[in-house]
Amino acid sequence: MSKISLNNLSHSYLAQQNNDLDWALRDIDLEWSDGGAYALLGPSGCGKTTLLNIISGLLKPTKGEIYFDDKKITHLSPIERNIAQIFQFPVIYDTMTVFDNLAFPLRNRGVNEDKIQSRVKEIAKMLDLSETLYNRASGLTADGKQKISLGRGLVRSDVNVIMFDEPLTVIDPHLKWILKSKLKELHQEINRTMIYVTHDQTEALTFADQVVVMHEGQLVQKGTPIELFEKPKHTFVGHFIGSPGMNLLPCELMNGKVNFSGAKIEIEKIPSSHKVYSKTQIGIRPEFVSFSNTGIAVKVLKVNNAGRHKIIDIECDGGKLKMISSITTTIPSSTAYVKFNSKYTYVYGDDWIIEE
Amino acid sequence: MRKTLNQKAWFFVLPVFVLVAFNAAIPLMTVINYSFQETFGDNIFFWEGTRWFKQILQSDRFHGALGRQFFFTFLILIIQVPLGIAIALSMPKEGVGVSVCLVLMSMPLLIPWNVVGAMWNIFALPEIGFLGHSLNALGIDYNYTQQPFAAWFTTILMDVWHWTSLVVLLSYAGLCAIPDAYYQAAKIDGASRWSIFRHIELPKMNKVLTIAILLRFMDSFMIYTEPFVLTGGGPGNATTFLSIDLVKMALGQFDLGPAAAMSLIYFFIVLLICWVFYNLMMRHEGQS
Amino acid sequence: MNKYKWLVPTIYIIFLMLPIYWLLNMSFKTTTEIINTYSLWPQQFTLDNYKKIFTDSTWYGGYLNSIYYVVINTIISVSAALPAAYAFSRYKFLGDKHLFFWLLTNRMAPPAVFALPFFQFYSSINLFDTHIAVALSHCLFNIPLAVWILEGFISAVPKELDETAYVDGYSFWRFFFKIFIPTITAGIGIAMFFCFMFSWVELLLAKTLTAVAAKPIAATMTRTVSTSGYELGLLAAAGSLTIIPGAFVIYFVRNYIAKGFALGRV
Repeated sequence: MSKISLNNLSHSYLAQQNNDLDWALRDIDLEWSDGGAYALLGPSGCGKTTLLNIISGLLKPTKGEIYFDDKKITHLSPIERNIAQIFQFPVIYDTMTVFDNLAFPLRNRGVNEDKIQSRVKEIAKMLDLSETLYNRASGLTADGKQKISLGRGLVRSDVNVIMFDEPLTVIDPHLKWILKSKLKELHQEINRTMIYVTHDQTEALTFADQVVVMHEGQLVQKGTPIELFEKPKHTFVGHFIGSPGMNLLPCELMNGKVNFSGAKIEIEKIPSSHKVYSKTQIGIRPEFVSFSNTGIAVKVLKVNNAGRHKIIDIECDGGKLKMISSITTTIPSSTAYVKFNSKYTYVYGDDWIIEE
Repeated sequence: MRKTLNQKAWFFVLPVFVLVAFNAAIPLMTVINYSFQETFGDNIFFWEGTRWFKQILQSDRFHGALGRQFFFTFLILIIQVPLGIAIALSMPKEGVGVSVCLVLMSMPLLIPWNVVGAMWNIFALPEIGFLGHSLNALGIDYNYTQQPFAAWFTTILMDVWHWTSLVVLLSYAGLCAIPDAYYQAAKIDGASRWSIFRHIELPKMNKVLTIAILLRFMDSFMIYTEPFVLTGGGPGNATTFLSIDLVKMALGQFDLGPAAAMSLIYFFIVLLICWVFYNLMMRHEGQS
Repeated sequence: MNKYKWLVPTIYIIFLMLPIYWLLNMSFKTTTEIINTYSLWPQQFTLDNYKKIFTDSTWYGGYLNSIYYVVINTIISVSAALPAAYAFSRYKFLGDKHLFFWLLTNRMAPPAVFALPFFQFYSSINLFDTHIAVALSHCLFNIPLAVWILEGFISAVPKELDETAYVDGYSFWRFFFKIFIPTITAGIGIAMFFCFMFSWVELLLAKTLTAVAAKPIAATMTRTVSTSGYELGLLAAAGSLTIIPGAFVIYFVRNYIAKGFALGRV
């Protein structure tokens, strides 16, 4: 079990770097405490697999250091780090039985046979693999195979961190849910640090206590699911999390006042710095937009019934917006006014939240 | 692999079936016809029944050629397959070495077989060839045109030179097709190099190796041009393999009946061995 | 052991290059020198053999003809084999195992058996002495080869990849070309090379089915057995030149072979 610290980590797959885009990871500074369930969330190509492989030791970073419990491990091999990694496609040893697959890591480390027997049976029970223990591993379905991969990681009692690289990609949709719950259950049972990489926000937000959002090689925000939802620090987080994502529209920031769609918008934290930005945007989640008698003039374009709530497309001078309201709310027929909940309205300069 | 039952798959297979079947069907009829008949050269055919088959199967000459053929093929397989795999395992997977290896190793395969026979014919001659001259210079009495052992040695060396690259290329492609994740997982599991070979590489190369072995078996069992140009089947009949014997019979003596019968027997031996081998290799595929 | 790994391919390549060097050596000698003297390099260096090949149209025409029908055959064989191999790998259907094995049996009969019947057949449909006739006849042994090779590589790709693509909404053909084919580039590369190679070296059928217009290099090379015996120097030069097209092919597909299958994101 370990505290993981990443210090100024950067990585490039190219021999020479001329600009930002040549870096797969840029200046990652991160600390994860012991035993937590963490998610690395971001779209394809944002660098999350690169980061995962650096943590597991399959890749050596171009710059920066990694520490497990304050011990520098940047140049240690995967075996020396005592980590386990589960990949996107189930990786099993086809010619062996399920039992031998699970026993493999232990046999390679010279653990005695009795201990192997009890340990493997214990893990198999945890993962509901006891029935198929003596079948050929290649005969199992995809989710069974992923469980074997997981089991090979768990079977070693000295494992520090277990890492998952989009493990549910090839699982049938109806089995994904079962496996997801199993992972969460396992985490509570064995209490080891688990890092889960995914591009699916639902997976990340349900599994993790803390989510790290990545975008174009950079760490954009780290926080609990609620923090990410209520206060995105970067427009990417706002847009990526939530369904539909945050509304982001151009606005004007002058002398501490925010102008949008011809109206002055009230925000809780009014930015007072006089820094100049090339792009300023106002961000408000659809959940925090509501109809009122005064405010911004809008035209109602379309109402989508999404079951438990309604998603409404509206348009104002500043642009198009989406808002969410309950089933019972009466929707004005064409023109109306909306207001933004000032507590959750933010201004973003060059994509980053402006807080002072 | 869980296969889905889908009869519409026949459409996928149709082009292949048509292209191959139409080539295969017509000549086969002719050969089968001939094998049951006799000819007096004027294309007058008499139905002879199974006389030719019995004659061939009981002839010492046939047994001799068959025995030599089996021994030759056995030696070829036992040398070329492990050697090919070993070379493929040691080839680089990236960098300029890849191009160098692939291009240079494929060269022997591209030379027409009569040229292969001819060049080794000269190459191995004691007076004017590099191999022959060097071996004799080292004190070894080597003359493949007169010594059966030397003839065998040269024929096998030529075949190894010519065809091992086929095994190498197939194995190499099969190895490259193994996803990195398997090696990464094995690293994390603490597997030894031998373990990786035994549990990841060899199983994943199973199909590709089957093809390589089947190809080498068939082609070496039916080998004709190269040994014929190299030794002519000699000295004596030391290197008279099955094909060479067959052609001698068909074209030399114009015994079309026995020759066609021998062709069929020949064909069935190859078929049987391949069938057995194929089922052996695919047996554990069906188990899952 | 890893330090000396490079020794293995190096020694093997040296072994392969020795006879090839000898072949080149012979190609720059006259036939008399080859037969009468032992020399590690030509004592009387001559370009005559190569000159003959490049100036006599039956020779260089032969190369072009060969390249032409071999390329046609490779394209037909690999294209037809791809869907068939996919079907053999992924689907169960009536007669599948037997059909698969039957394909291989077409390589079990010596080409001599087919020479005369093929000659009669292709003449009867007016395709004698055409490139397409040779290309089609070579399908007999090349298509089974391509199907078997491709099936092996296709089976190595987990079926879950196909299923994930369907869930993501791909139509079959879009999935096949955009997602699936990139995962089997090693198999396609090697299948293409082997089809090229086996068709390129096939002499008997190529000779039998052609006369002048499509006469391949193979046929011209057997002409070197002239009244004065083997024209060894000429044969050596011709042989050396036959290596070149195939070398190009493998160079061209080298990245497809070595790139392999990176577990791509679907």
